[in-house]
Amino acid sequence: MELVGVIITGIGVLFLFLGNFGILRLPDVYNRIQAGTKCTTFGTFFTVIGIGIIQPEWFWKCLLIAVFVMFTNPISSHAIARASKKSGIPLCDRSVVDQTREFEEKEEA
Amino acid sequence: MGDNNPHPILRVKNCLYLFIFLLSIWIILTNTFQYEELLTGILISFVLTLILNKNYQKLGLPPIGLKRLVYFIIYILVLLKEIIKANFDVAYRVLHPKMPIKPGIVIIKTELKQDIAKILLANSITLTPGTFTLDIKNDELLIHWIYVRSEEKGESTKKIGKKFEKYLKVVFA
Amino acid sequence: MNETIIIVFLGLIAGGILLSLIRMLIGPTASDRAVAVDTITTTIVGMLVILAFVFDRYIYLDVALVYSLLAFVGLCAIARFMERGF
Repeated sequence: MELVGVIITGIGVLFLFLGNFGILRLPDVYNRIQAGTKCTTFGTFFTVIGIGIIQPEWFWKCLLIAVFVMFTNPISSHAIARASKKSGIPLCDRSVVDQTREFEEKEEA
Repeated sequence: MGDNNPHPILRVKNCLYLFIFLLSIWIILTNTFQYEELLTGILISFVLTLILNKNYQKLGLPPIGLKRLVYFIIYILVLLKEIIKANFDVAYRVLHPKMPIKPGIVIIKTELKQDIAKILLANSITLTPGTFTLDIKNDELLIHWIYVRSEEKGESTKKIGKKFEKYLKVVFA
Repeated sequence: MNETIIIVFLGLIAGGILLSLIRMLIGPTASDRAVAVDTITTTIVGMLVILAFVFDRYIYLDVALVYSLLAFVGLCAIARFMERGF
């Protein structure tokens, strides 16, 4: 049982590292948010659940932390993304399509 | 948003669900079954139920039924599968020396009505491969896509939203 | 879990936080820095849970829970500030 927990924690830690690496490497804010949100949510979830499996008395509280992070992390990154869109940060040069203007116009009509 | 004036028995039932939910969170947090702790927990949950009751009714949560529960569990399983796929996808894009990205912002449509259903849909879109939600307005979502596969609205709706909407529509019917 | 594995795990997490810290220092816009802070805080929640296991202190789990709650509220405040100012 402990081995399973260690492996799950290991996967989580690896993805936490990859998420942080993505933050450094990707070209603009929106792509960085992609890497940041997904990898850290998944990584924290697996790390915490893995520790819960190693230490069975802690399992329920670990599950509570994991579910909490899974609910709040997308919301906070969504808030930041919307704020940076509204404050007019452009997309990077490699972007192919931007339908934001269409969206905004429909809102006024 | 549900009925404004539900049947009294239904209301008491909803209050009971909220009370049980709050009490179970209290038990997880304190992690004991001691007599005093439980008594405090019951008191606090009761007071919170009285305060939160009105907001809880306004959320428009559907009544609990077997079919809804089954569909919700299937939804959670699909979500977990998609999350795992999403992570390998991001890891591949980050580690690849040429970084195969083709980012863009697209609009998709949703058929869900309740606010809480839309929030769940937006959160699950954020956690699935290559997409995340920028903004919600009425029945449209603004989505950032790390590798744009189609720019036309109907096509992208089918590719991004449909797999969750299918289940959420039954849960919140 | 033996010591080597724990050191490897904590080392990976520390390396990750260092990378995000670099992005926070050089990030060209305010949002870049905010995203980097978001990532760092979520990473630290995972680190706190591992540390709770290492030192065998149950109370550290509460610390992790409250930390994630405060980080969430703080980031929402930052986002609101960037959107239209106070």
